Amino acid sequence: MTNQETIAGKLSERFGPEVIQDTPAFRDQVTAVVARERILDVCRFLRDDPELAFDFLSFVAGVDRYPASPRFEVVYQLYSTTKNHRFRVKVLAPEESDGSASVDSVFRIWPTADWHERETAEMFGITFKGHPDPRKLLLPENWTVHPLRKDFPLEGTEELTPDLP
Amino acid sequence: MGIERHLNDTVHVTNLEWFVNWARKSSMWPLGFGLACCALEMIATFVSRYDLSRFGMEVARPSPRQADLMIVAGTASKKMLPAVLRIYEQMADPKWVIAMGACACTGGIYKNYAVVQGIDRHLPVDVYVPGCPPRPEALLDGILQLHARVMKEQSIRNPRIPRIKTTR
Ligand code: SF4
Repeated sequence: MTNQETIAGKLSERFGPEVIQDTPAFRDQVTAVVARERILDVCRFLRDDPELAFDFLSFVAGVDRYPASPRFEVVYQLYSTTKNHRFRVKVLAPEESDGSASVDSVFRIWPTADWHERETAEMFGITFKGHPDPRKLLLPENWTVHPLRKDFPLEGTEELTPDLP
Repeated sequence: MGIERHLNDTVHVTNLEWFVNWARKSSMWPLGFGLACCALEMIATFVSRYDLSRFGMEVARPSPRQADLMIVAGTASKKMLPAVLRIYEQMADPKWVIAMGACACTGGIYKNYAVVQGIDRHLPVDVYVPGCPPRPEALLDGILQLHARVMKEQSIRNPRIPRIKTTR
């Protein structure tokens, strides 16, 4: 079991401050904020380094910081079944002018990301580039809305979220 | 069973409509399906403590083709709604609907984009049973209300034709 500061230190040492932009700590939990372009490299390192050995992706989640900028965050919660330690990695995803946002898919590193990314994608409208099967997971096929965005009307509307297709 | 004792080897006269209604309400078979937490109370109603078989209703049918009563027990999400309507359409006439619980009646605590705000937007509901969840006694009462309603139907002269309200 490696403590969280050590893991964050190891990451910063390997990738430097341009990639590991911040390592805030809250209640003994450290989060590494990673540059969006390098998320795949960082994740591969976290999985393959023998001391870290993060072989299990617990979940992928999204956060909408509306109206802050950059608007979206994608959070990866990692666990190592051999070392019994956990770590959290975050990517900031700015909203493009057409309302979309995108992050690279970590499906090739942890295949379990498949459904997690599909859910995050439909709920927040974040595209996961390189995802092999980018269909909707939970919402009806015909909806075009992203209900967990902060500017979405909670009750929906007859036009956007009809009862029937 | 002892029913012969009451019949007394004599001729009994009734009208056909009353008899048809009586037969229908005395063997109304519910469809065995639930949508959310209310289904647990529906199951409790079926089992021996509350004993729905007293009313000729203990045979919950797994197939809609054999069922007369749809108890919409729980939250109907919009993703589930097409399946519920499909099942309803597959049930043979005559058929009845009970909306069980706040969710099926009005959407309940889920006033949001994902939940149908009352199954009566789509199905012709006969009896509403409020509660979150309703106790088994409440469901039994709803069923008895439905039985009383069936006894008043003009099943021969003016049969009702239940249909879903929305078209797809
Ligand atoms: S009415 Fe209450 S108990 Fe019934 S399905 Fe809704 S939330 Fe669950």
